[in-house]
Amino acid sequence: MTLELLQNYWWLLASVLGGLLVFLLFVQGGQSMLLGCHDNMSRDLIVNSMGRKWELTFTTLVVFGGAMFASFPLFYSTSFGGAYWLWMLILFSFILQAVSYEYRNKMGNVYGTRTYDSFLFINGCVGCILLGVAVSMFFFGAHFTVSKGNLLDNSSPVISSWVSTHGFEAIFNWKNLILGVAVLFLARTQAAMYMMNNITADQGFFDGLKRRVLVNGGIFVVFFLWFMAMLLTSDGYTVVSDGTGTLTVEQTRFKYFHNYTEMWWAGLSLLIGVVSVLYGIGRSAFAKHCTGGIWYGGMGTLLVVCSMFWVAGYGDTAFYPSLEDPMSSLTIRNSSSSKFTLEVMSYVSVLVPFVAAYIWYVWRSMDRKKLTPAEISSTDHKY
Amino acid sequence: MNDLMTVVDWSRWQFALTAIYHWLFVPLTLGLSVIVGVMETAYVRTGSESWLKATKFWMSLFGINFAIGVATGLILEFEFGTNWSNYSWFVGDIFGAPLAIEGILAFFMESTFVAVMFFGWGRVSKRFHLASTWLTAVGASISALWILVANAWMQYPVGMEFDPAQMRNVMDDFWALFSGTAVNKFFHAVFSGWALAGVFVVGVSSWFLIKNRNREFALRSAKVGAWTGLTGMLLTMYTGDGSAVEVARHQPMKLAAMEGLYKGDRQQGLVAVGLVNPGKRWDNAEDEYLFDIEIPYGLSVLAKHDPDAFIPGIKDIIEGVEIDASGDTVNTVGYAERIAMGKQAHEALRAYDKAKAVNDKSAMAEAEKSLRENYRFFGYGYFDSVDEAVPPVGITFYSFRVMVVLGSFFLLLLVAVLVGLYRKRWFERARWLQWIALVSVPFMWICSEAGWIVAEVGRQPWTVQDLLPTRAAISAVSTATVITTFWMFAAIFTILLVAEVSIMFRQISKGSKTNLNS
Repeated sequence: MTLELLQNYWWLLASVLGGLLVFLLFVQGGQSMLLGCHDNMSRDLIVNSMGRKWELTFTTLVVFGGAMFASFPLFYSTSFGGAYWLWMLILFSFILQAVSYEYRNKMGNVYGTRTYDSFLFINGCVGCILLGVAVSMFFFGAHFTVSKGNLLDNSSPVISSWVSTHGFEAIFNWKNLILGVAVLFLARTQAAMYMMNNITADQGFFDGLKRRVLVNGGIFVVFFLWFMAMLLTSDGYTVVSDGTGTLTVEQTRFKYFHNYTEMWWAGLSLLIGVVSVLYGIGRSAFAKHCTGGIWYGGMGTLLVVCSMFWVAGYGDTAFYPSLEDPMSSLTIRNSSSSKFTLEVMSYVSVLVPFVAAYIWYVWRSMDRKKLTPAEISSTDHKY
Repeated sequence: MNDLMTVVDWSRWQFALTAIYHWLFVPLTLGLSVIVGVMETAYVRTGSESWLKATKFWMSLFGINFAIGVATGLILEFEFGTNWSNYSWFVGDIFGAPLAIEGILAFFMESTFVAVMFFGWGRVSKRFHLASTWLTAVGASISALWILVANAWMQYPVGMEFDPAQMRNVMDDFWALFSGTAVNKFFHAVFSGWALAGVFVVGVSSWFLIKNRNREFALRSAKVGAWTGLTGMLLTMYTGDGSAVEVARHQPMKLAAMEGLYKGDRQQGLVAVGLVNPGKRWDNAEDEYLFDIEIPYGLSVLAKHDPDAFIPGIKDIIEGVEIDASGDTVNTVGYAERIAMGKQAHEALRAYDKAKAVNDKSAMAEAEKSLRENYRFFGYGYFDSVDEAVPPVGITFYSFRVMVVLGSFFLLLLVAVLVGLYRKRWFERARWLQWIALVSVPFMWICSEAGWIVAEVGRQPWTVQDLLPTRAAISAVSTATVITTFWMFAAIFTILLVAEVSIMFRQISKGSKTNLNS
């Protein structure tokens, strides 16, 4: 296997993990509905439905971060050390989530159920929006420079430097926020679709979920189309060789539009993904009793996110453009681990289908019996 | 430079804070998962309702603890990037493979099956549920693998070479990562979790007995807890012995700091009890201790399994003095020389970079040759004085003794409890022992944390032994930024710890008032 092939392979795995993470953010979407829900049983149903999947989302986030560290360490080093506040706020919101499910209904939880529900709400909103912001920087860039020679500067030996706002500038960049809001409403839409599949309650509850699919899905579509319009008309950065082995990074007009047309499979993935998400939303919102919309939505989300990663990283594209110094931009070639490490990790990745199989088996076993208000009232372990 | 050192110090404080909080929860998760697995196995084998109740009770405490352990663990992983970004680049290539293994094998296993463990009762078969409980326990242990392999590698960096073109280390031998240091560290940490959980279960069971509630349940739980704890403690001691040998071999300065030893000798004794002299430096003539009681030959036996072995002190190591097996003095590379070699390695790397920019192949080869000759002391090139390479002695010395003394106490306690449980069940009547077991519980955490303080403070100033000091491993963030996030973490972790402890107490109290006996 060549180094290039391994880099492509690990970018593919990162894109699949990213896609799965965005799909699993339906947990956060459900949490973001909590404060608007005034009926105790409805709130308990939402929490207990989402709460049985929260570890999976959390783990996918951790593994996504770990995979990026392992396969593209220069990205990990530059982005996390630079966009410090962006990542810290994401992490804070996930700390709040991790304890809230387990503690919210326990006696002696000190701060009361509403506090933990507020934590879940904060994670639901902030987590989705800021993860969207972080992904958006793959296209619209960030203010950093990389100079490996700094390692030998005794007074300031740090190789990556970032503007002094350390991630706040990315959070308050409206272009990034468009994707953040789109991710939030996608998560809310999918949460409603998941609950239609996972909960058996009265018709009023089901109809409420249908309305949520329609409203949140509509808002998602608006923001997603807005983001795609910006993406397809924006410039990107391309790595160009002068034929003597010297590489330069050049700004390219309509870079991502060209990538979608040149990499037909990415364009096809985007198209099928969008149609699938829209079909899932449409069926869930308008069919009389559709409970399978989440699968169309989930599959579509995976395909769309993968296609976005592909146009960000493949085709000699800088997947983390530097707005300060284009030559500092990160590509899957200049930021990856060595061939040896990528190869060793690739052998390990052979286990992925096995892991996917047992997750699927457990998911089916656990969801075969739907969650009901009766179970919530009688179980000795509920969130 | 001052601002740089302040950022380094605050980044270290933040990482230490996160690690210390994380380690409050992880060992209990590691050990309790095994105890719950044992109890559920007994339930599935016997069909006894009392085992089912015991399983569910301890599982509820496991869940409360698990959640906050997950939260603090997330932060640790990402702090490598946020606060130690140079480190992430410098050695990121090495951690790829163990991290991939951990993510794919352990994290998903743990998170998938823990949901079955809590919510699978009645939804899946008994045997599937039992398998899920054990897979959660296995996943929890493997989850510790990457961080411990990474930690061990930082203390004993092997299996890699420096690539001057990329200015980072790249892995060239995957299996070397699982060195003796890594294997010892992994099992030492995991088994210490068994010991801690065992002491916790015995302590809580003792409280039930003191309160005269659910006595059968308490005795049954105490048996499982004590056996698990004793097994864990014995294996912790065995692997601890292995760790001491590894430290002597690869980190003699850490061993010298653990002992507060400045001038070493053959047949070196071990200070059992003592007070280190705060005014002592490697280059003055003051006494090492204000007072001490020594075990003859102790340190030579502990570190090299040989009562005659020479153990170097801090001054010996700095001056590069060693005594070989025949008693002759031999010279090793002293710290002044290491600093010179480190600076030479820096110069060579600079020269390599310049030559590469103009594609001067012969200059590149020459620079690379010099770099390779001096690279093993690359990190010393960041120092101006040998003093900068000496770890804090006092805290390392005392933490080591706290760990050993408390560990020995808990070994005796667990043996006493087990004897009391099997010899005419006198533990059931021995109020004094029940009280000791109960009051001792917090000290087990102190013992466990002290072990990590020895490991981490003792290896200062290195992030990666001899190659990357903490000052060169950080991110380019301001001091104010790190101070802000430090206090944010301190506040949120404390708030959540208060809730966790409160819920634990209430859950135990509630459990004691329901019928858990049959």
